[in-house]
Amino acid sequence: MSAGGADGGEAVDRTPSERVDVCVVGAGPAGAIVAAELSAAGHDVVVLDAGPRFDPEDRPERMERHLRPGVDRAVWDTGGERDTFSASGDRHYPLDAARVKGIGGSTLHWQAMVMRLHEQDFRLDSSVGLGDDWPIDYADLRPYYARAEAELSVAGASDNPFAPPRERPHPLPAFPPSYSDSLFAEACEAVGLATHSVPNARNSEPTDEAGACVGYGTCKPVCPSGAKYDATRHVAAAEADGARVLDRVPVQRLVHDADGDRVTHAVYATPDGEEHRQEAREFVVAAGGVETPRLLLLSRSESYPDGLANSSGLVGRYFMDHLFAGMGGTLEEPTRQKHVGFNTTESHQFYDRPDDSRTAFKLELLNYAGPAPADVALSADSFGDELLAEVREGYGTHVAMGALVEQLPRRENRIRLDPSRTDDRGNPVPDVVWSLDGTTRRTIERANEVQRAVLEELGADIGWTVGPENTGPAYHHMGTTRMGTDPAESVVTPQLRTHDLDNLTLSGSSVFVTGGAMNPTLTIAALSLKAAEHVDERL
Amino acid sequence: MRLSRRDALAALVAGGVGSLAGCGAPTARSSPSSREAAGDAAETPVGDHELATLVAVAEAVYPSEVEGVGEFVRTYTGSRVEGAGSYARGVAEAVGTLDDYAAEFHDIEYASLPASTRRETLEYMSVDDVAPDPDGTEAQRVRHYLVNELLYALYTSPTGASLAGLENPPGHPGGTRSYREGPDA
Ligand SMILES: Cc1cc2nc3c(=O)[nH]c(=O)nc-3n(C[C@H](O)[C@H](O)[C@H](O)COP(=O)(O)OP(=O)(O)OC[C@H]3O[C@@H](n4cnc5c(N)ncnc54)[C@H](O)[C@@H]3O)c2cc1C
Ligand code: SF4
Repeated sequence: MSAGGADGGEAVDRTPSERVDVCVVGAGPAGAIVAAELSAAGHDVVVLDAGPRFDPEDRPERMERHLRPGVDRAVWDTGGERDTFSASGDRHYPLDAARVKGIGGSTLHWQAMVMRLHEQDFRLDSSVGLGDDWPIDYADLRPYYARAEAELSVAGASDNPFAPPRERPHPLPAFPPSYSDSLFAEACEAVGLATHSVPNARNSEPTDEAGACVGYGTCKPVCPSGAKYDATRHVAAAEADGARVLDRVPVQRLVHDADGDRVTHAVYATPDGEEHRQEAREFVVAAGGVETPRLLLLSRSESYPDGLANSSGLVGRYFMDHLFAGMGGTLEEPTRQKHVGFNTTESHQFYDRPDDSRTAFKLELLNYAGPAPADVALSADSFGDELLAEVREGYGTHVAMGALVEQLPRRENRIRLDPSRTDDRGNPVPDVVWSLDGTTRRTIERANEVQRAVLEELGADIGWTVGPENTGPAYHHMGTTRMGTDPAESVVTPQLRTHDLDNLTLSGSSVFVTGGAMNPTLTIAALSLKAAEHVDERL
Repeated sequence: MRLSRRDALAALVAGGVGSLAGCGAPTARSSPSSREAAGDAAETPVGDHELATLVAVAEAVYPSEVEGVGEFVRTYTGSRVEGAGSYARGVAEAVGTLDDYAAEFHDIEYASLPASTRRETLEYMSVDDVAPDPDGTEAQRVRHYLVNELLYALYTSPTGASLAGLENPPGHPGGTRSYREGPDA
């Protein structure tokens, strides 16, 4: 396998196209969906991605890297000089584990749980006095959510009493609950916790694009069968409609015209060390919640001394993630974990905030608690029958609950440049300044309380807790180029265009004003569809 | 429990070799042992001797109730070593290490040791205690290339993982029915 992607990086033509209609930076879902939409509409599109084009044939080997201890290479080759970063906040931020660079972006690694934000998420300040309101509301996004679910072939059911109103069923039927879920059912009922299905961007049935899930159980970090959605599907659609998608071409900076009103070209580097310029009528930056603000900061100019599109001073500010809260233990009976790598039951009962005392959280019943037999066997210090006894002891009776917890936007949490360190191209690296506030900690504790109540009711011997002290991020990078109507208080308009530059659109979770506690990518997809519409209107 | 050829092929999929949609039938090549092959050992480093050693190690680290170990290991390893040059070299070198060790204490190759001594030899080398590392000490390389390779093959195969009650282990495309079924289904 070549680290550089299928072609080894040499045979491909990476010279720029003549001035195109649209230049998209980033081939994760936020960029790929925009590219697919705009090329389907007949526009000339070039997509530039920093990472390689991974060969699908290599996925089984990547799976082994994940399953076998002792194989240290990152599954998707993240890390190293290209990805150097700093994390100078109170909390360390493990950025290398939190994203993938390459065609398909972080969806190559993701878990693919996809749900809509709730109505309350869009008006948090006006409803309970927390955070800020979005400039758009659920009703504005609702039609785009429906289209996004179709784009991602979401498998789901309409059995969630806490979900916002929807117009039609999900495109594919939900995955039925697991045996493990059935063990929880009574305990959940006894403590008054209402549960429901999980919407998954994973084929419960075959579609034109991919076969049905076959149960490899390694969804995160790699689905060898392709049943789990990743953005290579939209890259393929864009290419089929004529888009040019270049890999291993990190954009170094965006350059604007004399008036500072329009971006004229993107400067990108190629593997041979050359730099090129791609001109376009419209630019869409979709480089993820960390690299999008970084690219703007790297593109500072005389007109924009603090960074491109940064008149507000807010580029990089209000960085948010979701926090993980969890608890697990063992039962005195088999729990049948680890057959599949995704979850089938969760609860949004505690999602909406009653007042300003806590933020949102959602609860998940895990289908992959505890170690798999191979995990035990490969790190045990016994052999033969003794080892088998250890494997039987280690696998088999685990249960666990997870939760995602909302973190409110705070100015001091931010992505900034660290001028003291540079990446492989000599650019200052991103510095993730991240910390936890009291409200978030309280919400994590509240999630733990509910988890404890359920697990105790279930009769579990509780073995571990992830609470406020040992919590970590869920790898959802949000808020760093927030959306708003006031140019002094936000970076992009409700149409996702920057206030400062007329032909620069930002696509992705960096535009979120608040993050709720839902995995972000369905909302990213919905906003990408919306952004594409606005770009199309201007072309 | 008897390991089948299907198990070996399933483990191969988990191990990243073989096409996903129905493999052909890979077989171990009968090539001369690297220790005998004069000079050009790099080309075919895993021959009959190495395979026999792998089977001997498997018999030492697999549970006693597993049958069909020989064919399972030959099918599995035969395909793996065709897949990757550096991997095959690692296996051959680890076999060499094990043989040197056995020769020092017992004057014979590892594969010729009586069954009871094979496990002891691994333990004397501390292979049970060390973390696997393809670039580590001799014991760590034996752990990585031989012991863990074989344990990985077994416990990511449906039959092997079923010994612990998991018939669709991670890495095995065992469908989306088993996760819904109880232990008695
Ligand atoms: C382990 C894990 C599990 C997750 N699970 C879920 C989940 O269950 N549900 C969910 O909704 N979300 C999940 N996510 C988050 C999800 O992956 C992201 O929200 C989503 O991929 C973001 O899409 P994006 O296109 O904005 O960014 P990305 O997917 O990160 O893509 C950005 C792309 O931009 C490229 N790029 C960066 N800088 C440059 C540059 N200067 N020039 C050119 N290209 C550049 C990168 O190479 C990359 O390919 C998970 C993430 C991780 C890491
Ligand atoms: S369980 Fe996960 S990894 Fe396996 S096929 Fe289904 S989606 Fe892919």
